[in-house]
Parts: sequence; C-alpha cells; structure tokens
Amino acid sequence: MRPSLRALMALLAVLALALFVAACGDDEEEGSGSTGGAGSAETQPASGESKLIQADPANKGKTITVGSKNFAEQYILGEIYSQALEAAGFTVKKQLDLGSEQVAFKSLKDGRVDAYPEYTGTALTAFYRVKTDAVPRDKDEAFEQLKGKLAEDNITALPQTPFQNTFVITSTKKTGDEIGNPKTVTELAAKVGTSKSISGFPECRQRTDCLLGLRDVYGWKPKFVSSQGKFQDLDQGQSDFTFAFGTDGELALKDKYTTYEDDKQLFPPYYITFMVRKAGMDKLGQAGQDVVAKIQEPLTEEVMQELNSRVTIDKQEPEAVARDYLREAEFIK
Amino acid sequence: MTGADVLAAIEIRDRTGTGCVAENGFCPDWIADNIDKYWSPLLEHVFLSVTSVAIGFAIAFTLALLAHRFRWITGPTIAVTGALYTVPSVAAFLLLLPITGRGNGTAIVALVAYTLLILFRNITTGLRNVPEEAVSAARGMGLTDGQILRQIELPLAMPEILAGLRIAFTTTVGLATLAFFAGGGGLGEQLYSERAGTGGLNFKSNVVVAGGLTVLLASFGDLIFLTIQRLATPWRRAVAS
Amino acid sequence: MAAGGGVVSAIVAQAGGTPGLGCKPAPDDLGTFRDAVDFIFSQRESVSGGACIGGFEELGDLAVSHMSVSIVALLGALVIALPIGLALGHIGRGEFLAVSVSNVGRAVPALALLAFFVAFVGLGFVNIAIVLGLLAIPPILTNTYVGVRQADPDTVAAARGVGLTEGQIVRKIELPLALPIIFAGIRLSAVAVVATATIAPLGNVQSLGNPILEPQNYGGAGQLGAAIVVALITLATDAALGGVQRAVTPRPLRAPLWRPRIRRTPLAVPPRTEIS
Repeated sequence: MRPSLRALMALLAVLALALFVAACGDDEEEGSGSTGGAGSAETQPASGESKLIQADPANKGKTITVGSKNFAEQYILGEIYSQALEAAGFTVKKQLDLGSEQVAFKSLKDGRVDAYPEYTGTALTAFYRVKTDAVPRDKDEAFEQLKGKLAEDNITALPQTPFQNTFVITSTKKTGDEIGNPKTVTELAAKVGTSKSISGFPECRQRTDCLLGLRDVYGWKPKFVSSQGKFQDLDQGQSDFTFAFGTDGELALKDKYTTYEDDKQLFPPYYITFMVRKAGMDKLGQAGQDVVAKIQEPLTEEVMQELNSRVTIDKQEPEAVARDYLREAEFIK
Repeated sequence: MTGADVLAAIEIRDRTGTGCVAENGFCPDWIADNIDKYWSPLLEHVFLSVTSVAIGFAIAFTLALLAHRFRWITGPTIAVTGALYTVPSVAAFLLLLPITGRGNGTAIVALVAYTLLILFRNITTGLRNVPEEAVSAARGMGLTDGQILRQIELPLAMPEILAGLRIAFTTTVGLATLAFFAGGGGLGEQLYSERAGTGGLNFKSNVVVAGGLTVLLASFGDLIFLTIQRLATPWRRAVAS
Repeated sequence: MAAGGGVVSAIVAQAGGTPGLGCKPAPDDLGTFRDAVDFIFSQRESVSGGACIGGFEELGDLAVSHMSVSIVALLGALVIALPIGLALGHIGRGEFLAVSVSNVGRAVPALALLAFFVAFVGLGFVNIAIVLGLLAIPPILTNTYVGVRQADPDTVAAARGVGLTEGQIVRKIELPLALPIIFAGIRLSAVAVVATATIAPLGNVQSLGNPILEPQNYGGAGQLGAAIVVALITLATDAALGGVQRAVTPRPLRAPLWRPRIRRTPLAVPPRTEIS
C-alpha cells in the first residue's frame, strides 16, 4: 500500500477512534440542574396552607399539549406551565419550539397545541391587525379587548401575569454617564438628537412600536443598526442604544446598563396570557385554571429577570430553570 | 404568597456580569463541563446528513442514467435542480413548514433538494467524459449496452461521481444545522437556540463547539470519500505524476 | 391605483388602512402564491401597520443592496482563490489545502460564521462581504486547482522546452484549458453567495433577506415574494456568468450550445465535453 494512502487510513482510524471514545465515554447521568449556592431563604408555608400542587385524580388521562415561541423567556414559561400541569396530574406534551408568533398562533388554531403563552400587545397587533397606536395603553383594557377577539376564535385568554415584557431603551452605563444620565426617553431625545445610533432586530426599522415609534412619538431619529445582538452591540460599541426587552436578564446588571423610562407610553402593554383553545379548556377545567393562576402569581418582573438570567447569562437549560423556580416557590417538591 | 415571601424564596443570584461565561467568551472550562450536551445531537446530525445524501444520490443517479439514455432529459433536469439550489436555504426551511409540517422529514426533503444539483451534474459529466474509444471497443467486442454501462462507463465515471458525493456531503452537513428551523434535530438546536442550555449564537464557546463539530464531521466524511476514491480508482494514480 | 392622492387616501381609509400612508392595506383574500406576486408588483401596508412595503421600488432598492454586497464578496473571493489555485495547481502541490480544506470549508454553517464574525469584528457592509467571500472561496479554489492539474503534462513540458516562462505556461496553456471547470466553480460560488446574502440584515446590511426575516412586517406573502425574487436573481446571475464563460473561452474549446445526438461510430472522436 502506498505510503500516502496508508497515512490517510491511519488518520481516518484515529479520527474514528476519537469520536467513538468521546461519544461513548460519557455515560454520566444527566443532573437535573443545580439549585445554586448563595443563601436562599426558605419561608415556611403560611398558616398550614400548603402551596404544593396536588395531583388531581380527575385530571388523570387527560393530555394537554403546551407550546411556546422560540426564545429564552418563552421556553421558560412553556416549561413552567408544562411542569405545573404535570404535577397536577395531567399528561403534558411539549411543543416548545413553534417559531414566531404567526406559526404559534396557527398551531393553536389548528389544534397542534392546546395552549401557549402570548404577549397581549403582540397578539392584538399580529393576529387582529390592531394598529400599534390603537392598542390601549391600559393593561386591563388591552387584555379585555384581546379576550373578546380571541373568544370569537374559540380561544380563551387566561388572566395575565404580573410581569410585562415590553421594549426598553437601554445603553451602557458609560454612555449614560457621558450624556448626563437623562431619566426618560423625552429627555434623552432632547439631549441626543440624530447623533447617536440604536440597534434592534431587522423588523424594528418599520414597526410603529419600535423605530418608527421613536420618530413619531418622541421626535427622535437615531441611526438604526439592524442586528440580532442587543447587549453585544452595546458592549462592542456597534451602537449607542438598543431596544432591549424589559425582562432581559442583563438589565439586572445595574452597573453595566442604564435604561430610560418610556414616559410617553410609546410601547403597548406586553403582559403574558396563557391562551387556551376550547378543546384545551374542556380538558383543563377549573382546577387546571387555578393551577395556572397559582404558578403565575410570583412572576414579577424581577423574578422573570432572574429566571431569564439563569438561561441567558448562566447558560442553564430552561427546563431545569423552570423546575428550580417551581421548587423554590414550593409549588412542587 | 406575598411579594416579599416570593422574592425571599426565589433566589435572586448575585451577578456582576463579569466572568467568561457571563461575557459570552471562549471558555474551555464551560466546554469541558457541557460537552455531553452535544453528543446526541451530533449523532442526529450524522443521521440527517447521511440519509439526505443517500436519498439524493439515489434520485440523482436514476435521473442521470435516464439522461444518459435520453439526452433530452438533461436540460430540464439541470434547470429544475438548479432552481431548487437557488432558493436561499434559510427561506426554504421556513417556507416548507406549512406544507410538510415540522420535523426531520421536512428537513430531509429540503436537504435532498440541495444535493440533487451537485450530484446530478457530476454523475452526468462523469458518464459523458468516458472516452468514446473505450465504448466503441467494447461494442466491437460484442458487449450489450447494459454491460457497457456496468463494466466500462460507470467504473470510468467513478472519480467524478465520488467527487460529487464528497462535495454533496460536506455541503449537506453545513446546511443540516438549519433543520432546527423546520423542527428537526441535529446540531442546529445547540447552535441557534438557548433551549439546549448552550447559550445560542451569542455565546462564542457554543459557536466554536457546535460549528467545530460540524466541520469535524465534514472532515470525517471528506476523508472517507477520499479514501474510497483512492481505493476504487487506482489507475488514476498511475497517470498523475 | 392611478387615481390622485385624495382618492387613494379615501379608499385606503375606507378599506381599514391607515389614511395618509399612501399605500393600500394588504389584501387578505388572495391565495398565498398570488398574494406573493401581488407583493412583488405593488406596494401595500405592512402587517403591523404604519409602513409601506413591497412593490418594485422597495424590492429594487433591496435588490441593489443585495447584489452590491454579493458582487463585492465574489470579487474578493476571486482575488484570493484564483491566484492560489493557479499557483498550487501549476506546481502540483497543496492538494490537501486546495481540495480537502476547501471542501470542508463548505460545511461551515453560514449563520454561525456570520454570528461569530459579527461578535469578533463587527457589523457592516465590509464585514458581511468578507463573511460571504469566505463562503465563496471553496468552490473557486478547488475547481481552479483541479482545472489546472488536468493540463497534459507532456504539453507543459514541451512548452517549457520551447522556452516559455512559468507565467506564460499558466496563461497560455493551463488557464484556457481550465476555464470551463473554473467557471463552474465561480458559478457555484455566485449562486451560494447570492442565496446566502439573505442573512445580511443580521449584520446591518439591507438585502432581499429583509422580507424573509421580518414576517411581522411582511407576512407570508412578503416572505414568499422575496424568496421568489432571490431565486430569479440567482438564476439570472448563473446565466449571466455562463455568458461570460462562453465569451472568455477560446473558440476551439467551446462546447456547442446544442449538442446533436452523438452517433457511436468507431471513427468519430467527439470534442472534449464541458465539465460542469
């Protein structure tokens, strides 16, 4: 055999061996995620009332398919709902990577999923062609409007979460200091004019609840940078500002990033509601609805930010994060 | 549960935003700890790539044989497979969704479509480049068309066919990451999504590992085809000096 | 809708669109394909409202931007891959680099490469052109190398004996023979670049990928319409490069456009067929 061919076969054998050893050599059992170290204060359940979700025998045998869209917060929420319903005795199937809201809503209407969590503002503008300016800025009004429209499609919107996840204009703390730390976007627009840039997803350029809104409502026309890295753009100086999301984990890093208040209410409300189709509601029953309401209660903006941080900053799996949340809140063991 | 109780129970961790993982850098420690998240998707990725190339080859080979016999088939086939190749891959996976549904099936359909052009072109070219003298000599010796195909034309076309397979495999391995957008498996989920606990596209370590495994897989396939090529066509080596 | 502005606004307002916007609301009764075609030809209001999308004007601008970055990327790839492929092929070394490394380079997922590049180098036209150029190098490099290698060694030796320099040998003998296969590589690269420029908006470069990446604004019709336009432009690019290839190939080496059915007689020697 010619030497070069022999060398080739040797190289192949080594590669094969390496891949084989690596693939088969890791038979460690998958840990179900850590619960972290730094002092969690465990409170006793108040006056004998346990928060634990009890498995209801009436739910046995009922299968519910839970969906979600395809980013961190949606994965976490999808997992929380799924695991909570599972603890309540339902058989839960997960379809957590549906895609954008268009695909998710279609899946819901077609019956591929029984329920998924959606933002009130998004649902009104994306599914029912309500112009962004026409969405009520009062969260309950927006919710009632959405509830009515969904009912026409035989979908029930369960009560909203405490937190909302709306756009937040953000910059690095350094930039904020440089321009004198304005508190609101109005002040910011007055100080900065067209000299600065803001980054956002490509669709932002033509949305009235994004870049166009800054122009129309605040009279601010920054340069637009289209990209998919919000905080990365800030860190690397690709843009001065960015359209961040209210529950982004990075926003908890107050020494790194500064946010500006949307005083003119440019952005519509974006509260989560668990949307359930009729067939799903029949299976869920009142008990199921109570479970959903219960596990939503602790989800404040700060808590959601923490959960998001665990996924985006600590790089944990959403499934493990959801389980830790339910355990820390004492909904499951 | 009151707000205060809740926040006391849900552990709000102390984060400074510094540190290799938090800053989305290249972190060998994290890679060592989390490498097992990539093995099963890697196997799926192999499955997707190999299946797509195999199916693509079966289709392209059949079409090429037909085109060899009925020359008029070549033009339209190149046109159709070429058109399939020009649809941007990102769009193709998204557009197929409503038609073929989510899952590996859709991914394989799209991947097969992309391999057809390369394989068809290479197989037909290989068959066409068989020296006319060899075919004439065989015909002179009394071999039938079928025997000529099997004993003369196909063996002589092997280098071109194998070259096509080599290219089709590596291209498919790269495209198979997009199977994730069609609801399929493979390394796409680790690469693009945070759901796998790997940090998505923004995490440099993840991009290096997931992308690196893709390239490694492609190298492996490339070497295999190269070895087959060297083993199956020894006469070529006599010509090259 | 050729009527004056006032009439248009009234009709638009009546139909539920935003008055004063200057474009009609999106039709909701066409099938997906007809909707996509309508999107290509005429403007309409975006799905989320407040902006005009579609029509030749916008698609034209996006196409120009799309092709600009694609052309720069392809030229860059040519400038790098052609000389290296010619040099390596001529001296007959570096097959590993020109073929294997190059081939494996095709496996790098474009989205990942872009994200990685953006993370290290940044956004913008030049950076995206570089990313696309990197993706375009493998087919050109491999095909150039293989094409030059296939030149008959005896002819090359004879030319050397006659006194031609290495450079002249490459230019006059090896390159013309290799042109068909080199162009095959260039065309493959061009198609890949134009198709991949779809993801340029993620790097702050406008392109026909914008409608595809923004379903909230463009809807399914916009996505399909843009994909159709990209496919058509890619086909046109391939055809155009095919034309350049014919123009540049020396006449005796050109394969006939229309090939008559070859009759298999012992004495007929058909011309060397084009390797595509």
